[in-house]
Amino acid sequence: MVSRRGFVLATLAAGGALAVGWSVLPPRQRLTTARPLPAAPGEVPLNGWVKIGRDDRVTVMLAKSEMGQGVHTALVMLLADELDADWSRVRSEMSPIDPIYNNIATLVDGLPFHPDDFGPVKRAAGWMTAKMIREFGVMMTGGSSSIKDLWLPMREAGASARAMLLAAAAEQWQVKAAELKIDSGVVSHPGSGRSARFGELVARAARLGLPGTVSLKSPAEFRLIGQPLRRREAAAKQDGTARFGIDTVLPGMAYASVVMCPTLGGAVASFDARAAESMPGVKRVLMVPGMRGGTGGVAAIADTPWHAMQAVKAVTVQWSPGPAAALDSAGIARALAAALTEDEGFSYYSRGDAEAAMKRAARTIGAEFQAPMLAHATLEPQNCTVLFDDQARRATVWAPTQVPGLARNAAASALGLDAASVSVEVTLLGGGFGRRLDVDFVAQAAAIARALPGVPVQTFWTREQDSTHDFYRPPCIARYRAGLDADGRLLAWTASSAGPSVVQQTMGRLFGLPAVGPDKTAAEGAYDQAYEWPAAQIRHRIVDLPIPVGFWRSVGHSHQAFFKECFVDECAEAAGQDPLAFRLALLKAHPRHREVLQRAADRAGWGSAPAPQPDGAKTGRGLALHPSFGSIVAQVAEVSLDPAAPGRIRVHRVVAVIDCGLAVNPNLIAQQLEGAIVFGLTAALYGEITLVAGQVQQANFDRQPLLRLADCPHIEIELIASAQPPEGVGEPGVPPIAPAVANALFALTGRRQRSLPLKMA
Amino acid sequence: MSTPLRLNDKTVSVAAEADTPLLWVLRGELKLCGTKFGCGIGQCGACTVQLDGHPVRSCSLPLSAVGGLPVTTIEGLRGREIDALRAAWTEVDVVQCGYCQSGQLVSAAALLKRNPKPGDADIDAAMNGNLCRCGTYPRIRAAIHQAARALAAAG
Repeated sequence: MVSRRGFVLATLAAGGALAVGWSVLPPRQRLTTARPLPAAPGEVPLNGWVKIGRDDRVTVMLAKSEMGQGVHTALVMLLADELDADWSRVRSEMSPIDPIYNNIATLVDGLPFHPDDFGPVKRAAGWMTAKMIREFGVMMTGGSSSIKDLWLPMREAGASARAMLLAAAAEQWQVKAAELKIDSGVVSHPGSGRSARFGELVARAARLGLPGTVSLKSPAEFRLIGQPLRRREAAAKQDGTARFGIDTVLPGMAYASVVMCPTLGGAVASFDARAAESMPGVKRVLMVPGMRGGTGGVAAIADTPWHAMQAVKAVTVQWSPGPAAALDSAGIARALAAALTEDEGFSYYSRGDAEAAMKRAARTIGAEFQAPMLAHATLEPQNCTVLFDDQARRATVWAPTQVPGLARNAAASALGLDAASVSVEVTLLGGGFGRRLDVDFVAQAAAIARALPGVPVQTFWTREQDSTHDFYRPPCIARYRAGLDADGRLLAWTASSAGPSVVQQTMGRLFGLPAVGPDKTAAEGAYDQAYEWPAAQIRHRIVDLPIPVGFWRSVGHSHQAFFKECFVDECAEAAGQDPLAFRLALLKAHPRHREVLQRAADRAGWGSAPAPQPDGAKTGRGLALHPSFGSIVAQVAEVSLDPAAPGRIRVHRVVAVIDCGLAVNPNLIAQQLEGAIVFGLTAALYGEITLVAGQVQQANFDRQPLLRLADCPHIEIELIASAQPPEGVGEPGVPPIAPAVANALFALTGRRQRSLPLKMA
Repeated sequence: MSTPLRLNDKTVSVAAEADTPLLWVLRGELKLCGTKFGCGIGQCGACTVQLDGHPVRSCSLPLSAVGGLPVTTIEGLRGREIDALRAAWTEVDVVQCGYCQSGQLVSAAALLKRNPKPGDADIDAAMNGNLCRCGTYPRIRAAIHQAARALAAAG
C-alpha cells in the first residue's frame, strides 16, 4: 500500500510535470475509501469511485455537488471513458464523506503565488498545503476546481476498474490480458470469440484486487472526453421531479421558519412567543444563536411551511444588534479609503523598482475604483432538513451544500453529537455561487431540529432572510497608478486595494483558526496577471470589519478584474493607443493570452465601427482580458444607451473566448460561460448591497434586481482547442464582463465608470 | 374544513386555510414539489403554475382566489406544446441548476398555447417574469423558437 506521505509527493510531482500525464501511473491513495462503499445487493465496488452491478449497470460515485455546473455529467465522463463503459448503462450517486474525496486542487491554487512562478518556494508550499488537506481536508465543490481536482483520480479509478475487469476475463478464459478487447461494457477475446459483459466479470474482478499500475488513455483514444454531451439530469429538471434541498419530503416532517436579527451578526435579547404559539399547526417557538458566522434569531416550527412562516411573523423580538450596528455603506467606503492611505498592506507582487520607474515617466495617470458588497441570491433559498434521533444519538442531514464534511461537523456540534454519528445526504443545489460553502444554515437547522427529536424538521429561509443574512462579496476600493514614457510605452504599474478578508473570516468561522496572514483571494485578479509590466508593485490591505463576507463566484477576481481592465483601458487612452494593441504589446511572452484576446477581437469585428442599433442608438464596443482559475477569458461587449430611458444601459452582444486547457465537455463549458456573463451582468448593471446601521437594505428582488431575459444580450462563445490539462470554467467567465461593458461605455460616451454598479445617469 | 381544488385533471380536497397561497398548498400539504419557492412576492416566477391555462405566480395567489378554476403544475402539464418544449429544452440543453426551470416551462407552454409562432418580443414579454440566476436565458429563447418550429412542422 502506498503510504499517505508517498501519495502526496507522487500527486504533486505528477501535477508539477503534468503535461498531461498520459502515461503509466501507480494507483493513488485517492483510489480507495477507508470504509467499503455502500452497495445495493448485486452491486460490487471496484474502488472508491465506481461500482458495477451484476446487471451491468455502472455506478459512478460523485464527490462534487451539482449546482448547475454540470459536473454530474462531466465527472462521469472522465471515469466512464477510461473504463470503456456503455454510456447508456452508467448512472451516478453521491459519494459518502471520505478523505479521498477531499478537494486538493482548489486549496493548492489558493496560495499567494504568481501563475508564472515555478520556483521552489511555491512548490514546497503547495506540498505542505496538499498534505494539510489530506489530514484535515474538506470535501468541497468550489473554486472552479471539480474537473481539475478529479481529472486524474477519476480517470485512474476508471482505468483501474478496467484493468481489473480485463484481468478477470483473462483468468476466467486462461488467456493473456493483452489479447483482450474492451468496448462499451463488454470484454471480448477475438482469438476465441468469447465475450463477457462487465456484470459477468465484476465479482471475479473484485477478488483480484487493485492492479499495481494502470495506463491512462491518450487524448486520441478518448471516446467521451471532449464530446459535447448533454447533461444527464436534464429530464428530471424539466418535469419537476428533480429534488433540491427544499424539496426534501419525509414522513411526519415539520417545517421551521426563522427571523434573524436585522443587524448582521446580532442576537436575540428577548422574545415573546405567546401569540405565535397559539397559531394553527405551531409546535414550538425557540431562540437560535448565530453559529458558524450566522446571525441569531427566532424559529417557529409548525406542521406546514406556511404555518411556520405566519407564526414566526407573530413573534415579538427585542434584538441585541452588536458591533455591526455602527456601520453603514458610506462609512465603510471612508474606512477603506482611510486604511489604504495609512498603509497599502501586504505586497503580493513586485517587479523592478516601480516607484523609481514612475519618477522617470514622461507622464503618470491614476484612478480610484470602488466595488460594493454583493449577495449570492441563489434562487433556492437556504434550507436544511435534519432528523435528530435522541435515543440512538444519531442524526441525518439533508442539505444543499458545497461542503458535506463541514456541514456534518456543524450539525454534529449543534446537536452535541460526534461527527461520526451524523450522516449527510447532499441534495441538488438550486444555485451555489459560493453561498453554500458556508454552513451557518446547517448549524441553525440542526439546533432547531434538536428541539423536536424524532421529527424531521426542515428549516427554510424566506427570500428576505436569505438576502439580508448572506456572506457578502467584500466591499473593496483600489488605487491604480501608471507611468508612461514619451512614446506611450508603459514603464510602471502600481495597484493597491483594501477590503475585508474572506479567507480570514472563513478560517475563523469554519475551523476556529486565528485570522492571520495574507489572503490570496483578496488580491487575486490584481497581482496574478499575465501583463508584462516592466516595473510593478501590487498590494492589498486587509481591513477587518464586523460584516460577514464570503466566497462569491470568482471571489477577488470579480472586482479586481474590473479595476485592472478598466485601468489598462485608461492607460491605452493616455498612450493614444488602441486598447487591443496596447494589451497585446504587454503580452509578448504569453502566446495563449494573446491568442484568446485576438480571437475575441477578430470575432467581434474589432477595428470596424459597430453598427447603430435598430432604434438609431449609437453602439459602443469594449474589451477585457482576464485569466482566472487557470483559464484565460477575453470578452468584447457591445452596448448602447436607451434613447427612451436616459441612462439605461443596454448590452446587446457579448463575444467570449476561453482557453481552459482540454475541453472535457464543450457544451457544458459554453453553458458556464453564458451563465457567467449573465451573472456578471447582474452585478455590473444592478448589483449592490448597502448597509444602514448594519442592516442590509435589499431584502427581495424588488430592491435587488437580477438580469431578466429581455435584457440578456446575444452571447457568442468560442473555445480554444488545447491539449493542456483542464482548468476551471465555472467562474472565469464572470470577471471580464463588467470591465468589457465599462470600456464599451467609455467608447460610446467618453466617460469613465470607476465604480460598480455602472450608472450613466 | 376542506376546499376542493381542481389540480392536474383531478379534484383534490385540501385542508389549508383560505388565505394560504396556492404555492404552499401544493408544496406543504400536497407535497407536489416541482413548483418552487423563490421570493414570495411574485418577482421571480419560480412558483409559476397555470390557472385555467394562464401563467400565474402561485406564491401570491391565495387558495380562496383559485375558485373553481383548474390548476396545472409542472407535474400535470400535458399536450403537444410541453412535449415540444421539453424536446427542445433537451436538444438545446437549456438547464443548469434547474431550480427555475419548472416555472420557465410552465410560462413557455402557456405562451405557445396562445401564440404558436412567437417572435423575440413575444418571448421577452411572456418570459420576463421568470428569473434564472444561472443565466440560461439565451438557451431558453433558442429552445422556445425551436419548439415553435417543431410544432409548425408537425402541423
